[in-house]
Amino acid sequence: MSAIAATPSASASPIWQALKKNRLSWVGLVLLASIVLIALFAPWVAPHDPLQQNIAYRLEGPSAEFLLGTDSYGRDVLSRLIYGTRVSLLVGFVAVLIAMLIGSTLGIIAGYVGGMVDRLIMGLVDVLLSFPTLLLGLMIAAMLGASLENLIIAIAITEIAPFVRVARAPTIALKQRDFVDAGRALGYGPMRLMRVHILPNMVSDVVVLGSLWMASAIRTEAALSFIGLGVPPPAATWGSMIREGFENILDAWWLTVFPSIAILLTVLALNLLGDALRDAIDPKTRSERA
Amino acid sequence: MMQYAIKRLLLAIPTLVAMLTAVFILVRLVPGDPAAVILGDQASAESLNALRVQLGLDQPTHVQYLHFLGYMLSGKFGMSMASGKTVMHEVALVLPWTIQLTLASLFIGVVFGLPLGVWAALRRNSWPDYLGRMLSLTGLSFPAFVSGILMLLVFAIQLRWFPVVSTTVNADWSTQLRNLVLPAFNLGLIMTAYVMRVTRSSMLEVMGEDYVRTAKAKGVRPMRLVLRHGLRNALIPIVTVVGLYFGTLIGNSVLTEIVFNRPGLGKLILGALNARDYTLLQGLMVVFASCVILVNLLTDLVYGLVDPRVKYK
Repeated sequence: MSAIAATPSASASPIWQALKKNRLSWVGLVLLASIVLIALFAPWVAPHDPLQQNIAYRLEGPSAEFLLGTDSYGRDVLSRLIYGTRVSLLVGFVAVLIAMLIGSTLGIIAGYVGGMVDRLIMGLVDVLLSFPTLLLGLMIAAMLGASLENLIIAIAITEIAPFVRVARAPTIALKQRDFVDAGRALGYGPMRLMRVHILPNMVSDVVVLGSLWMASAIRTEAALSFIGLGVPPPAATWGSMIREGFENILDAWWLTVFPSIAILLTVLALNLLGDALRDAIDPKTRSERA
Repeated sequence: MMQYAIKRLLLAIPTLVAMLTAVFILVRLVPGDPAAVILGDQASAESLNALRVQLGLDQPTHVQYLHFLGYMLSGKFGMSMASGKTVMHEVALVLPWTIQLTLASLFIGVVFGLPLGVWAALRRNSWPDYLGRMLSLTGLSFPAFVSGILMLLVFAIQLRWFPVVSTTVNADWSTQLRNLVLPAFNLGLIMTAYVMRVTRSSMLEVMGEDYVRTAKAKGVRPMRLVLRHGLRNALIPIVTVVGLYFGTLIGNSVLTEIVFNRPGLGKLILGALNARDYTLLQGLMVVFASCVILVNLLTDLVYGLVDPRVKYK
């Protein structure tokens, strides 16, 4: 762990390395970029209004007018799918960002301060890890009530633990290094040492973990929406589209198949990218591949 | 070994108590009066008060907490508000279904995942390895309900090989087996992807060790080299990582049970959620989390058993 480069600029290079060495990561990158673009330009890309109901066109199969068919309210599936991209990416991104900030802060504090504080924080991590992710998210979302903000909070809480761990281990190694001692001798306080001397050395680790956990966050969001704890209707989310489509599964396959593919592609893109990044920053696999 | 086991057991107790405390706090996150949430807007003041007394909500928080700990540690995990039976009773009713499903999927995962992982490791950076890695990453990207629905569409609705709804409680064993196939493969294939991935990386590490090279130099036959020298040692990390997967497995089986409409713990927790049965929900959370803590404990102990290098500090 202490082999991580000591220069703050190291955070940019693993991405490039990963892309150079792993061809599959390109697939992930291109997929993810297209998905982000679709989310950003949803109003221009979507052929119809995602909330526009039209009873005359209920449960129509894919056609030239409605490329992916219509749902039981006559809404265009493709347009709902496109708008759903926004919810998935937003929830995934913000939840991981929150988990990342809280988790790595706690991890650095635990590693740097040590002793009682460390034991307390790691105890908290053990408790978080003792709950199955989906059930913890389900419980928190159910207690707080279904809304976008609560969904993000629920998913963020389930993902704090891994970030605490990934930040704590290198902190313990780093705090004994000379450049941290030097900072201490110069009279810098612990806050500055943690922020300026320790944090930059693990940014790449934390970001890589972030991309893998964002995949998991999107999966959890879809699962909670499928159970009925997601962003309330009529908003379009992939999980709730599958939930609604599941009721008509016997005669309208397009309602469940297309959102399923959307979830799968998004999660796969993030996993492909995260996997390649992890290989690139892990010194063990790096030397293996060379 | 005994001493290590006892020490590890004692270490799990603070986690258990902290977990119980977390559940206690979690359930009290409900905004407003839980009694009002449970009974709805139309409830009269008397019935609200009666429910508050019944739930112990009229007591101060620390008394509620002690009562809660008492319930949970007594092993009954509290009462279901909807049915009036203990949580343990509700769990026992559906547990065989969940165990059946979980064991079947574990079996599938090991039977397919181990050989595929070993194969990918031996054919490293060739097309079977790339294909295997791509497939296992795809398997790991599937939310369990998505893969379940797709399987249902293809094998039950289009091809009609299997029933769409697999709830036939009093069926004979062949029907039960037929009902089990799709849900078990849904969970099992995700498990396969996971076992395969872990096996591959663990095998790669072990096959690079000095003792494997020595054995090869001594002329040990390839089959024996891979199985005795390679896989046997590679199994140690596999056991640990598969143990860590248990929490995810629970989540996936909940989703699988919902999709295939199978009785089990997943349907139970969903029912509790829809009926706003907070005491059942709270009890189930404790049951699930206790299982995870127990499995982690067992994984540690098994690790100690299979790896003589583990020093019992």
